[in-house]
Amino acid sequence: MYAHTNSMVLIIPNLTQNVSLARVAVAAFASQLHFSLSEIEELKVAVSEAVTNAVLHAYDGPGEIRVEATCHDGFIEVCVSDCGKGISDLAEAMQPSHTTIPERMGLGFSFLESLTDSLEVESHAGRGTSIRFTKRALTARTEDSRP
Amino acid sequence: MQEAKKALTDIKSLNGTLLVRASGELDIHTSMTFRSRVEQEVQSNNCRRLIISLRDVTFIDSSGLGALLGRYRKMTELGGKMALVSIPARLKPVLELSGVLRILPVFDTEKRALERL
Repeated sequence: MYAHTNSMVLIIPNLTQNVSLARVAVAAFASQLHFSLSEIEELKVAVSEAVTNAVLHAYDGPGEIRVEATCHDGFIEVCVSDCGKGISDLAEAMQPSHTTIPERMGLGFSFLESLTDSLEVESHAGRGTSIRFTKRALTARTEDSRP
Repeated sequence: MQEAKKALTDIKSLNGTLLVRASGELDIHTSMTFRSRVEQEVQSNNCRRLIISLRDVTFIDSSGLGALLGRYRKMTELGGKMALVSIPARLKPVLELSGVLRILPVFDTEKRALERL
């Protein structure tokens, strides 16, 4: 018998109402790991920030956003990607409080960094952006460390 | 637009104070409606105090927080005040992370906010 790696893919149009769908889908998928309720809340916020970033910035018109999640041993890996414009200055975009839209706090990437265990952002002009992060289930880590 | 309706269930004007009971999820989709409805009510009732209850809010991200902070900035521009009340435990980590709790007054109950703001 071999171990399966469970994964999911969600492809959604870049509509604001789909941000909720994406975070709920990933949270439901993550429930197979031993995440605490507060960790699930953090995961939902992280997914929401990544998908919101794609909805707001990736395309000038309609476009698709791909949300992939994979459950590993005790942690989840999530990748939110688009085939849009890309981010021209990634370092600037990731600065706390940086925003190009009034009434936004510019905290999306700060939240992603704070609420996840690892974060990688890759962006290419005209080819899109991918935001990849991992989140470990602390409960699982605690259980693993028990004698 | 069902979600947008869910994000804001109850608004009351009481002697120059607007009491907003938000509910549901405050994210990019719902915060736009939230923002415009609160703005409209503040203007039409000529309110200088704004109290927002988060008791029935089940989720908030940086878009929702931006909508709250944006209302605080508007009230300050008008020479008014704003406070948050009844923050659910599940929302506190994100509110703390954002720094919003260091900027906005927070009260446990609507009654206390109405008395002290």
